[in-house]
Amino acid sequence: MSELKPIIGLEVHCQLTNLRSKLFCSCSADYRGKPPNTNICPVCIGEPGSLPVLNREALISVLKVAIALKADISRFTYFSRKNYFYPDLPKNFQISQYDGAGGIPIARGGSIDIGGRIVRIRRIQLEEDPGRIVYEGTITSSTGLLMDYNRSGIALVEIVTEPDITSPREARVFLEKLRSLLEYIGVFDGSLEGAMRCDANISIPGGGRVEIKNISSFHDVEKALSFELARQKQRMVRGLGVIRETRHWDPRRRITVSLRVKEEEQDYRYFPEPDLPPIIVTDALIEEAERSMPILPYEKIDLYVSKYGLSRGLAEILVSSKDLSELYDKIVECYGKPGRVASWLIEDLLPLLDKLGVGVKDSKAKPEDIAYLLKSIDEGLIDRSRALSMLRSMVLEGSRPVIVFEHSLESRISLVELDRIISEVVEAEGKAFQDAIRNPKALNYLVGLVVKRCGGRADPREVYKLLSKKVREYRRSRR
Amino acid sequence: MKLIQEIESGSLPLDEYLARKAEAIAKLEPILNSFITVVKGFEKSRIERLGLLKGLTVAIKDNICMEGIETTCGSLILRGYKPSYDATVVERIKKNSGVITGKTNMDEFAMGSTTEWSAFGPTRNPWDPCRVPGGSSGGSAAAVASGESDLALGSDTGGSIRCPASFCGVVGLKPTYGLVSRYGLIAYANSLEQIGPIARDVYGCALLLTAIAGYDPRDSTSIDRSYTDYRYALIEGLEGFRLGVVRELLGEGVDQRVSSCIEESIYRFESLGATVEEVSIPSISFALPAYYIIAMAEASSNLARYDGVRYGMSLSARDYDWSRYYEDVRSRGFGLEVKRRIILGAYVLSAGYYDRYYIKALKVRTLIKKGFMEVFKRFDALIGPSMPILPFRIGEKIEDPLELYMCDIDTVPVNLAGLPAISIPCGLVDDLPVGLQIIGSYFCEDTILRIAYNLEAALDLRLKPVFSEVCV
Repeated sequence: MSELKPIIGLEVHCQLTNLRSKLFCSCSADYRGKPPNTNICPVCIGEPGSLPVLNREALISVLKVAIALKADISRFTYFSRKNYFYPDLPKNFQISQYDGAGGIPIARGGSIDIGGRIVRIRRIQLEEDPGRIVYEGTITSSTGLLMDYNRSGIALVEIVTEPDITSPREARVFLEKLRSLLEYIGVFDGSLEGAMRCDANISIPGGGRVEIKNISSFHDVEKALSFELARQKQRMVRGLGVIRETRHWDPRRRITVSLRVKEEEQDYRYFPEPDLPPIIVTDALIEEAERSMPILPYEKIDLYVSKYGLSRGLAEILVSSKDLSELYDKIVECYGKPGRVASWLIEDLLPLLDKLGVGVKDSKAKPEDIAYLLKSIDEGLIDRSRALSMLRSMVLEGSRPVIVFEHSLESRISLVELDRIISEVVEAEGKAFQDAIRNPKALNYLVGLVVKRCGGRADPREVYKLLSKKVREYRRSRR
Repeated sequence: MKLIQEIESGSLPLDEYLARKAEAIAKLEPILNSFITVVKGFEKSRIERLGLLKGLTVAIKDNICMEGIETTCGSLILRGYKPSYDATVVERIKKNSGVITGKTNMDEFAMGSTTEWSAFGPTRNPWDPCRVPGGSSGGSAAAVASGESDLALGSDTGGSIRCPASFCGVVGLKPTYGLVSRYGLIAYANSLEQIGPIARDVYGCALLLTAIAGYDPRDSTSIDRSYTDYRYALIEGLEGFRLGVVRELLGEGVDQRVSSCIEESIYRFESLGATVEEVSIPSISFALPAYYIIAMAEASSNLARYDGVRYGMSLSARDYDWSRYYEDVRSRGFGLEVKRRIILGAYVLSAGYYDRYYIKALKVRTLIKKGFMEVFKRFDALIGPSMPILPFRIGEKIEDPLELYMCDIDTVPVNLAGLPAISIPCGLVDDLPVGLQIIGSYFCEDTILRIAYNLEAALDLRLKPVFSEVCV
């Protein structure tokens, strides 16, 4: 049974959550949590006579996606109408791009490396999100359906892969990589509910291709495909065969159910959208997109390895989240020592955040404060456990790190000078020093004197250490 | 325009003028049925400072949105729909101190050339109420011809301004595609149509065009050009103008009485100093089928949104599956001709037929554009009849869609090419008006207005339909 390796292709829809307005009108792109049908206008509810106007930022964003995925950008592209009746489509057509022969999406080709294996991208295109159907009660018990058009017209980028994925797990890894990449280039926030949706095609040798619709999370993609793979294998083993059909993922029951057999496939009667002139993608537009591109994850990993000398594993962890690697970059900028910062972040900061249940983005600690804290640790001004508890309040409350030593590190007394002052104090306070030899607690008196003479420029604990050393040396010399 | 001088000088106070217009509407509407909706109390409008339009009345075709005023497109499916916004042209008319009198009758969704397909009854021709006023902007043309309104807006997808202008003996201009914003024009076939002015003289046409033309960021197909006052195009004299008479527009099926009227105008042009030559654009012979394929294809998609959920017609939704509900609303709400065009449009776009019909029609369209461009290297404007025939009787052709489609043969080439064209009265035959069509190159509205202005002055027709309140 294990030789029945599946062939999987994905069709991913991501909202361009960085945009301020919808794809074809000036309604806010931030539709979540608003009372139903309050984020609408004549254009996005398809009022008669209204006309779409392309959001230029959406075009720039999708060009960034194309660049990040190393895809070929079309210099000439256009929108088409996908005609079908459905209650969530206020115009009863969707402004999209034609996916059949002769259609020209915004970009073609490209790929994502999912840990040694390459998943090729077939197509990247732009389209509008439909409204949201709200059922009274559940789908089955509902006597009617309600429409909320707040989401209608939100910009979606559709990314279609070649059938290069060979397991449900790989599908999940692909989606995670894709999410991270889109977050890196600043066009997408995967933490928003419903921002990424996915349809999957899966077949096994000898069986028909099955399309699974309605997958709305990374975890579900693996679950849905695993279920479907098992179902298809069962049918093959029992000699029933797998028919070509479209199935629906039911996330509550965790199964796929048949929606329609492919023979009745809909004819969407695509034709070019007459209200939007074709788009000429000029060099200037592409340059504009390139200028706003940050360094990409795969480029960043290479950079960490070659410039900072990090191990690839360490670099990959840091780059796995955009927020983390940005934090890392800022700390290194303040403090240097990239290797030390990397290992400390992974050994101390991340476990702490994990324990507190706080995301890197939600942490209130400022990078420069973290750098200061780390430097203080490294210079022995604060020990690890105290540093961690300080870090905790920095993360939760945004408090500044208070090292007992109040002065800036730069104005600290030099070791030579400190040594000289200690010798002077020991000489002047012979009796106290003798006391300290017998009773370590008496040493604190001398520490106080030294710190005072340094004008507060010395760290008491360091003075304590140096004085203890003097005591030990004295004892040794007496022996 | 004498009327403007009277209003400006104060010899005709605005309230008196508007009261007269309200009277004219009250008197003529029972006969003509030019309006679907009359704006209540328009005659009480007060205007602080007279702008470009000087308080003149403007009737608006009922496929152009006006906030809070019922807009039906002549269809039951939109009955009760009150737009939440003003079309750009409505905004501009208000801003230029035009007084909007009402929404005019039309063939349902502008699909027709007689105004008989309106769900609210046909409009009658003021020259002979037994005859059609042309269409689809029949209500606008009849309102202007009869003096119910002094200016009107129509929309022209395949001749819907020029056809009724010709049949009602008024001046109607279809602008270059992209000159006038379509924002707020309820689409029939987006890639072909433009809103344009209808008036009793060329000056009125130039005036209203000046008020509505210009770039609108809300319409992506609108073109950013500098402001033009078309009144300044109305210059006397046509010395050195080169006019081409398009052979294909005067071909088979043109009524002999219409072509002799056109020929007389040709002599007029020559006597005004223009040179006139015959010219041929062979690709025009394929215009009619190409036009209907493209228009119906776009219509089938544009009209999909009328499902009785968000606006207009609505049935009690109890015990309905949504697809059954859509079916019922659309079966009851749309008229016969609209259904015919939706079905044909869906057919030409469907898999297997798309290349054979839709793509081929687009190729014809490109050929026609090229044909015109070629000819405009040698001519300032082209002339021909607006309509091949005279206004016919109500009910005469309604049973035969193909015969009705054939009436558009002289008007559709211009829409396929996106060119500007004007129809102006050039004579009367058996007390029925004949319209001459003047076609210009892209954005040469000034040229065709000037040519029309000179012909109008030379002919000095002083037209007065039987049913009218117009003082000539």
